[in-house]
Amino acid sequence: MDRNMLMQKLMELDFLAVDLGLFLNTHPDSSEAIAAYNEVIEAADKVRLQYEENFGPLCSFRSYAADPEHWLWERNPWPWQKDANTTMGGKECR
Amino acid sequence: MWIYEKKLEFPIHITKPDGRLAKIMIEQYGGPDGELGAAVRYLSQKFTMVTPQAKATLNDIATEEMAHLEMMGTIVHQLTQGLTKAQLEEAGLSPYYVNHGFGVYPSAASGIPFNATALQSKGDPLTDLYEDMAAEQKARSTYEYLIDLTDDPDVLAPLRFLREREVVHFQRFGEALDSARDYLNQQHYFFMNQK
Ligand SMILES: [Fe+2]
Repeated sequence: MDRNMLMQKLMELDFLAVDLGLFLNTHPDSSEAIAAYNEVIEAADKVRLQYEENFGPLCSFRSYAADPEHWLWERNPWPWQKDANTTMGGKECR
Repeated sequence: MWIYEKKLEFPIHITKPDGRLAKIMIEQYGGPDGELGAAVRYLSQKFTMVTPQAKATLNDIATEEMAHLEMMGTIVHQLTQGLTKAQLEEAGLSPYYVNHGFGVYPSAASGIPFNATALQSKGDPLTDLYEDMAAEQKARSTYEYLIDLTDDPDVLAPLRFLREREVVHFQRFGEALDSARDYLNQQHYFFMNQK
């Protein structure tokens, strides 16, 4: 998978985790939502690992520095740069 | 404590520089109902919140708002990349430019700098949560006005995402309010007497 596809997949999964987390804060006894949350976290972990192995660390002081010779964290692109993202223009569902 | 994740919450890649849009998008970066105000409002209110559910809600929505602040800054930044002098002047961006260049500065679309008077922290859990619900509605309205004035699909996609989040946050704050109200009702005495 190329960088953009992996990033897209990770954004989708992390978004689900954010949204389910907020839901669970006010529905803490929903075992259905807890199961869904755990599923999403597990799937996102896998994609995050795959991304980091190929394109460098994603999390400040949580990700491994995989390359012993070079500190990859500082490398471009940073998230606000155009080439960090593809557009969702025209791709959303209405 | 926060962990930074090196990605946006929602992807943004704007191809066409557009000074007119940059000038109005700054509203949700540093305007009264923008993302900076939202993040600081909830981060400040969490310290005196009562129920675990409402504390978690304030903490985590504040955290998401910081990601939204980054998204709005990204939109403004990408819209100004590659603007020509003529485009900048035509869009009425000269007054902004002479002060900030293309730096992203928290202000409203009118040019008024961000001001903490745009938010409240009353130390009363019910008052604060009512304010937060109103704040989410005000942010939703602002996103709708921005969407009305936007024709670039690269800008519309993240704006629609952000509008949708305000609707969800409003819902979650409503539930947090229920938990805080139930808790206070069970106390059988006024909140101020608990201190
Ligand atoms: Fe919000």
